[in-house]
Amino acid sequence: MTSGFGKGFEGLGLTGDIGRRQLLKAGAAVGLGIGASALLPGASAFAAEVPKKGGRLKLGLAGGQTTNTLDQARGGFGSPVERTINYTLYNTLVEIAPNGQAVPEIAESWDIGPGAKSWVFNIRKGVTFHNGKEMTADDVVHSLRRHMGADTKSGAAGLLKEIESIEKVDKHQVRVQHATGNADLHYILSDYHLAIVPAETTTVDGVGTGGYVLQTYEPGVRFVAKRNPNYWKEGRAHVDEVEFVVVNDDAARLSALQSGEVHGINRLDPKTVALLGRAPGLRIINSAGTAYYVINMRADRAPFDNKDLRLALKYAINREQMLDRLLRGYGTVGNDHPIAKSMPFFDAKLPQRTQDLDKAKFHFKKSGHSGALDLRTSTAAFSSAIDMAVLLKMQAAEAGIDINVVREPQDGYWENVWRSKEFMISYWTGRAVPDQIFTTAYYSKAAWNDTHWRNDSFDSLLLAARTELDNAKRAGMYAEMQAIMQDDSGAIVPMFNNFLDGMRDAVKGDLTASNMELAGCRIAERCWLA
Amino acid sequence: MVLTRLIAKRLFGALVTLWFVTVLIFLAVECLPGDAAEALLGKDATPVAVENLRAELHLNDPPVERYVGWLGRVAVGDLGKSLTTNRPIAPMLATRLSNTLFLAATAAAIAVPLAIILGLVSALYRGTRLDRVISVLSLASISFPEFFVGYILLVVFALNLGWFPVLSGINPDMGLGEQLHRIVLPALTLVCLVLAYMMRMTRAAVINVLSNPYIEMAELKGCSRREIIVRHAFVNAVGPVANVVALSLAYLVVGVVVVEVVFTYPGLGQWMVDSVSKQDILVVQICGLIFGATYIGLNLTADIVAVLFNPKLRHPR
Repeated sequence: MTSGFGKGFEGLGLTGDIGRRQLLKAGAAVGLGIGASALLPGASAFAAEVPKKGGRLKLGLAGGQTTNTLDQARGGFGSPVERTINYTLYNTLVEIAPNGQAVPEIAESWDIGPGAKSWVFNIRKGVTFHNGKEMTADDVVHSLRRHMGADTKSGAAGLLKEIESIEKVDKHQVRVQHATGNADLHYILSDYHLAIVPAETTTVDGVGTGGYVLQTYEPGVRFVAKRNPNYWKEGRAHVDEVEFVVVNDDAARLSALQSGEVHGINRLDPKTVALLGRAPGLRIINSAGTAYYVINMRADRAPFDNKDLRLALKYAINREQMLDRLLRGYGTVGNDHPIAKSMPFFDAKLPQRTQDLDKAKFHFKKSGHSGALDLRTSTAAFSSAIDMAVLLKMQAAEAGIDINVVREPQDGYWENVWRSKEFMISYWTGRAVPDQIFTTAYYSKAAWNDTHWRNDSFDSLLLAARTELDNAKRAGMYAEMQAIMQDDSGAIVPMFNNFLDGMRDAVKGDLTASNMELAGCRIAERCWLA
Repeated sequence: MVLTRLIAKRLFGALVTLWFVTVLIFLAVECLPGDAAEALLGKDATPVAVENLRAELHLNDPPVERYVGWLGRVAVGDLGKSLTTNRPIAPMLATRLSNTLFLAATAAAIAVPLAIILGLVSALYRGTRLDRVISVLSLASISFPEFFVGYILLVVFALNLGWFPVLSGINPDMGLGEQLHRIVLPALTLVCLVLAYMMRMTRAAVINVLSNPYIEMAELKGCSRREIIVRHAFVNAVGPVANVVALSLAYLVVGVVVVEVVFTYPGLGQWMVDSVSKQDILVVQICGLIFGATYIGLNLTADIVAVLFNPKLRHPR
């Protein structure tokens, strides 16, 4: 009677947790990006309309589990559903605007000291929590400190590692002291872990300062919240009530959107988007983001400690074909470094690397390598990771490089394969600013330096750029780092993938964002219903 | 008397089996690489955070101590708090279990009578075109994997005809009527899955009995064919039928995680799968216990039913 169980299980993507990497990686991910968001034609018209109050927004969301929680400081917090709920109930010090800029939210403004070491945040006055209590500097200090220190279980601990102290100056001022100085500190403080919660509560139970007040929450199943009548933010939170239903199955989610049972869904499958675009009454929110797929080569041991072998593979890959086949074009071609076009300090002058079989053959021969290379892959990375490996094998074969695709189980992929095997497929959710992604994944001393790459001039440029407040000089440093990575690093970045949400026409508002799906997970307060 | 002794003996056996189930599940989860703290933190894991979480979840205690402690607490009805969400398990279990039972009961209420009637009809008209049509249809429905049947029903009845909702999730705010309306499609999917087994077994058991001399006697006596099947044959075929019904019902409770996913139905199965992936051993244990108890309880019921219908079993030689 269990025939078909195994198959069904796998086909439905049930075995690993859905969106696992997102959930896992999200910890250090300020997960924000900057800059342009691609929109389908016609979307710009929404900005001109006047938002309408009222209505009940119902969304079907992928990436929720029964093991989800409301507590941002609990380990593992950060699944897509958790993040969307978080921004519905809470605010953070700094908000990432749809154009990718860091703008004031709970912090009204901030002053940056010399060397970007000492930051003073001016806390907004007259904001109350859902329980009626006034929000002050004490709450802000508490909300940040609970992710730090020896006894924290928070996924944001690594993010705040270099923060020396967080002190209350007066009732509406907080001073944050950074150990080495960081000109991008405000971007870090927009992270979803760092939501402002009331200081005296021991359990985090949904009481925040956000646009909606929690009514019902059954983790992994359903979430209902009512509009906060005292919401401080003007021109936001238009609908009266929001309901999120967790629908992890792709087909069911799409069906629910088509039948009109929900107003919107996240995580459209690129392969079905073309079909959906023809359906009446629906629109697709296509946001170019900072998330990317990556092929990691361990630069510290054989065979990839050989730069020529790394270059041979970088030249063997046909990025356009990969983008077209795997994402149906819903993404942008990568240039072997993690800086997306939409991010600040992206170097447009750096030549785009394309497939060059002669150069690939030349470097392969020069490397002296022979024999097949084992490429590890798993759907734990992303749903089309197996396809990507097979495509890579075919493309490399054109250059005479033999790749053997090894399919790894989803369980333990991050524990046993990522950061340890020589050649594997992975992904990053991306970061808002170059410093964050470089520091997280390519700085030689980083815990998550997953290619084990070490380049001393890259490292010293990284540290120098961090405290450089002159943007022109900074841009020069980051451009040099992008070139170093493209030439030398162990990462092949074939493409950046877009966020794809589907909405019924009734859902209005500019819902693109470069940092995360669903209008940066702030859809509840940014949309309105026609 | 025999019945009481049978029940007592089986209940004792059930307790031992359940205990064994908990040991097995505990060992299995222990064997998984990593632990709940690592599974929860994943890539966020800094060594300090993992250690803190481990200490909070008592994962550093020796396994035997953890197991015995858990057993002691469950024995007095304290299910504890989920390792991952820190919420009490009992209320979550109540919601999930009642959802699962609601769906299973609805499916069973359709499937069991339907299967038995179809089985009897097949036996009655054995070898005719009707028999063959029933066989082919029921075997076809079981040959498709459940997610396929589910998607077909979704496309036809939810998307094209719009009779039923795509999302079957029920919640206490809904009336019984709406809840029933919402679970029609998953219930139908389950009916397709279990119908054929019960139908075939009924047919086979009845036909088997029909070859007995006393049936010939009844025929010679002048009973109608229908009367023979319903009054003489089926009663003696109840034993094997009850067994397969029990197994099917148990399947409806424990084996429907794929259907839960396709129809977005918050039952026990999905809860258990999520908890396994996060190594939330407390939840996994409770789900395992419930599933084990379901199988044991239904099998016991089947045996009792067989004894009630068959006096011969009451006097074992």
